[in-house]
Amino acid sequence: MAVLTSMVSVQDEGFKANASAMDGLLSTLRERAEIVAGGGGEKYRARHLKRGKLLARTRIDRLIDPGTAFLEVCQFAAWDMYSGDVNGAGIITGIGKVEGVTCMIIANDPTVKGGTYHPMTVKKHLRGQEIALENRLPCLYLVESGGAFLPLQDEVFPDKEHFGRIFYNQAQMSAAAIPQISIVHGSCTAGGAYVPAMSDEAVIVREQGTIFLAGPPLVKAATGEVVSAEELGGGDVHTRLSGVADHLADDDDHALGLARQIVRNLNWRAADNGAAKPVTEPLYDVEELRGIAPIDLKKPFEVREVIARLVDGSVFDEFKPLYGSTLVCGFAHLHGRPIAILANNGVLFSESALKGAHFIELACQRKIPLLFIQNITGFMVGKDAEAGGIAKNGAKLVMAVSNAAVPKLTLIVGGSYGAGNYGMCGRAFDPRFLFMWPNARISVMGGSAAANVLATVREDGMAAKGETWDASEKQNFMDKIEATYERQGEPFYSSARLWDDGIIDPAASRDVLALALETALCAPIKETRFGVFRM
Amino acid sequence: MFKKILIANRGEIALRVMRTARNLGIKTVAVYSEADRHGAFVEFADEAIFIGPAQAAQSYLRGEKILAAAERTGAEAIHPGYGFLSENAQFAKLCAKAGIVFIGPKPEAIIAMGSKSAAKDLMVKAGVPVAPGYQGEDQSVETFLTEAEKISYPVLLKAVSGGGGKGMRLVERAEDLPEALASAQREAKAAFGDDRFLIEKFIGTPRHVEVQVFGDSHGNMVHLFERDCSVQRRHQKVIEEAPAPNLPDAVRAHLHEAAIKAARAVDYMGAGTVEFLYDGANQVYFMEMNTRLQVEHPVTEEITGIDLVEWQLLVAAGEALPLTQDQITCTGHAFEARIYAEDPNQDYRPSIGPLHRLTLPAASASVRIDSGVREGDEISPFYDPMILKLITSGKNRPEALSVMARALEEVKISGVTTNTGLLQKIASHDTFAKEEIDTHFIERYQQALIPSTAPQGEDMAIAAIALLLMEEESGRGLWHGLGSWRINLPGERQIFFTLEQEIIPVEIVFFDSHTQVSVMEEIYTVTDAAWSGEAGRIVLGEHGVNVTLHRPKKDCLRLWHSGRIIDLHLHDPMQGESAGASTGGDLTAPMPGTVTALLVEAGIEVSAGETLMVMEAMKMEYAIKAPSDGTVKALLHGVGAQVTEGAKLVEFEASKSGLSDG
Repeated sequence: MAVLTSMVSVQDEGFKANASAMDGLLSTLRERAEIVAGGGGEKYRARHLKRGKLLARTRIDRLIDPGTAFLEVCQFAAWDMYSGDVNGAGIITGIGKVEGVTCMIIANDPTVKGGTYHPMTVKKHLRGQEIALENRLPCLYLVESGGAFLPLQDEVFPDKEHFGRIFYNQAQMSAAAIPQISIVHGSCTAGGAYVPAMSDEAVIVREQGTIFLAGPPLVKAATGEVVSAEELGGGDVHTRLSGVADHLADDDDHALGLARQIVRNLNWRAADNGAAKPVTEPLYDVEELRGIAPIDLKKPFEVREVIARLVDGSVFDEFKPLYGSTLVCGFAHLHGRPIAILANNGVLFSESALKGAHFIELACQRKIPLLFIQNITGFMVGKDAEAGGIAKNGAKLVMAVSNAAVPKLTLIVGGSYGAGNYGMCGRAFDPRFLFMWPNARISVMGGSAAANVLATVREDGMAAKGETWDASEKQNFMDKIEATYERQGEPFYSSARLWDDGIIDPAASRDVLALALETALCAPIKETRFGVFRM
Repeated sequence: MFKKILIANRGEIALRVMRTARNLGIKTVAVYSEADRHGAFVEFADEAIFIGPAQAAQSYLRGEKILAAAERTGAEAIHPGYGFLSENAQFAKLCAKAGIVFIGPKPEAIIAMGSKSAAKDLMVKAGVPVAPGYQGEDQSVETFLTEAEKISYPVLLKAVSGGGGKGMRLVERAEDLPEALASAQREAKAAFGDDRFLIEKFIGTPRHVEVQVFGDSHGNMVHLFERDCSVQRRHQKVIEEAPAPNLPDAVRAHLHEAAIKAARAVDYMGAGTVEFLYDGANQVYFMEMNTRLQVEHPVTEEITGIDLVEWQLLVAAGEALPLTQDQITCTGHAFEARIYAEDPNQDYRPSIGPLHRLTLPAASASVRIDSGVREGDEISPFYDPMILKLITSGKNRPEALSVMARALEEVKISGVTTNTGLLQKIASHDTFAKEEIDTHFIERYQQALIPSTAPQGEDMAIAAIALLLMEEESGRGLWHGLGSWRINLPGERQIFFTLEQEIIPVEIVFFDSHTQVSVMEEIYTVTDAAWSGEAGRIVLGEHGVNVTLHRPKKDCLRLWHSGRIIDLHLHDPMQGESAGASTGGDLTAPMPGTVTALLVEAGIEVSAGETLMVMEAMKMEYAIKAPSDGTVKALLHGVGAQVTEGAKLVEFEASKSGLSDG
């Protein structure tokens, strides 16, 4: 049993500089989270409350077991997109305990643009369902939405991963015996009507929730019939006449109480992936990660300092410590659960990739979930590297990562560039969860590298035509590219587009990863079958 | 000495007697009713005999059943405890007839002291001071004026057949007497059909002092000093002490002498108590003699070091008193506080139910607990609602009192409402400490002694935090362990209390450095907290408060902090209105009891506040009233029916206007 020893000193100037820069990033993070949590702003919140309804976040607070954590995902969806105020994309998704059952909760926020589905809203709803499907979480939909955001219908309606996919997923999950439960707090119009209709069980709030394919204005236009929303598709109609909903609630609170009752009766048992060991805290304060996280991503840092603050008792049993040392591999426990960690400690060489692939095979064989800690500029380049087969060795790592059927978690603590992102289980490789630190960056390559590459290409082209490039113009060109990369590599840019599941305070990493791991263990761990490894 | 005795009583006194018996190597037999099947005293006894239903009239008061039990078990003597058959001369005679020793005085002494007027005459003859008065046949105003003049004003006019304060007049001056007598006679005539009156000297602020006496069959008679039992509520003793404080030596000596005379006058045998009124100056007046062991006997035991029950057994067995008067000494001071299941804020209404929690101070040389209950036991409606007696002693009064105050703070009982808060306030009241006590003490300081227990904002803030701490402690697993954690946001909780039909939300926000609690437009900042089980410390700003929280039911909390005892009701918004509405109109029993009268019939319309049914519980009547205008749909129980707490009594439907009104 190897206990990691930290060499970090909190008195160190570098540590202090990192910590103080991180404080700035964290205050921005928290401010923005508050803005997101504020939904559609004071005016719409007040109007909502005046109608005797609960705010979407309050609904979730009431729905989940009192005094338990809620792991919100994709908090910053649509951040700085569209009109700039579609906070959280108008929907809240996350994982919480309801009557002791780990559930996926997807709640529309009607104070944000009437809860309409923007492209990111659809993406976030689907991401929630994906998490539910992968981890076998019963789904609770707290519905109150105006349906598709019509000005952007081409980006929300027709495609495979658009609005219709929500209902397809409900059907697929229901078929896979993953409970689908709706609580209709407000309107569910047109396509939205299918959310409750496709649910296994649905609750509707009296004189508040409505379900119909076409609302009163459309009905009037189509048939001339004048009818109130309540008469057309209110709770009474649907629980007494149509049977579209099953339970009639007096108000939001009562509806949530009924939803809890439904969950109580699911007779649900999560997968048995063994009992957790007693939890011991790491020997080092997880808050120190705020000073360890590098602000200047060009500066290398010892990734074991991160591991020492994440895992139980700071106990980390390393695999092949002497071989391919730029990829640190080893076994540890996270909140009592075994975990196999791969963490970057420099650029990936052939040996590091081979070691990583080997280690993933071990984890899969033993059914131990994987945690990837990314801080990667990429694979080694150059003549020697290519000749040494870096491409096929990197491919081996990618093959292993892709097919590993154990739960995979990814935490980006620094750079996530190029093929390094792939080899370390980036978004495309279906980690169950992917979180970023506020200092992290994600792009095909670093901004300055990209600027250099693009400038070289252009300069070579100009040289071929016999043109020359003014040095200041070239600098200007490169600055622009770097600025664009910097902006697009930023965590909020990534989070807004759901390239990750959230930006987190480094100090929250242990808790967030533990919650993510517990969630992942709700599904049985499957047997892994790898493809052909190019030898 | 006896080999086996039967204890014809229950609860703490049964246990108290059995403990001494066991110490003396005497076997014990308990008798028990249906309600006491699992009583601590039943388990403690060597043998136990079931004697019938819970109602005392059908069990503990049935002498023949008890005698049969004694005969069946071969018990040689019966200890009656206090209450029940303890002053029943008939039972004492039955015992004698059956050849079983009644541990108490001879029937003649019980009879002599049983009749108040006869006892008074007897005392006058024996030279025991009695309250001056006139109780002659001549009812003329002139005679009354003369007699009143003799005893000096103020005087009390009392209807001979009166009771309950009716037909009683306080007269301060002679010129007021004729008018007062005339109106009182009218009232008495109407109320009791008897307008005969008597006059008694009115003692404004009397103290209740009593002397413990002991006699044996060898002609010995001693006193064991006196007790002061002035602190009373509605004639029920609340805190007693020995010796009586602030009593001139001459008065004390006079008191002891009078008590001995009184006991000798009836040839008293065994333990008895002669009760006197003391005018606070130099006069004592005989009130009555209790021919049994008193509830408050432990304070006497504490100051004399004598086990009174042991002496009772010795005397009953025909032995002589072990000590002579000059060998009996008074050392230190002792208090007894009677902890009752009753609500001082609701006119001392008895509170019954299971003792959810019973946390008591540890017994020690200075703290004694005489209790007959254990945690989980039921305070039943059938018997006296006393839960236990807390007795403390010290070298002197201040010491014993401070031990009492401290010990009372450690008493934490939930499940039923208790008078512990009142006892605490008395024990820490300046005037009580200054020995300025009389029988009006509680009434006089009512405001300070019985403060409102209506929850305040701060109580709710503390209760909410305590509840969360308790919940946190009991929670298991990762998700609970993180509390209301939220990603990049402070966690929040809402807790709701019900306060007089109103729902009060308490909003709690968890920040890294502190927790903020908002309730009733006030904000409290919790900077630190520690919790274990049901108690802990919560720091509000810079002020640390020790807090205890019990949760006897899912929606009921009892909170102790800063000397306050507060009951709170949690509201669960997720229940929905319709869930509540199903029983909303119906009326339920406030406590277990017996239906004694039906005042309406099913189907009739009634107006708000009209009494529909009367039930009796713990010797008190409760009117079941219409909550609003409406219709009585059905009366669910007949007269004589036993009902449990919360049992539906009346199906009631409020009229529409009734609903909108209230």
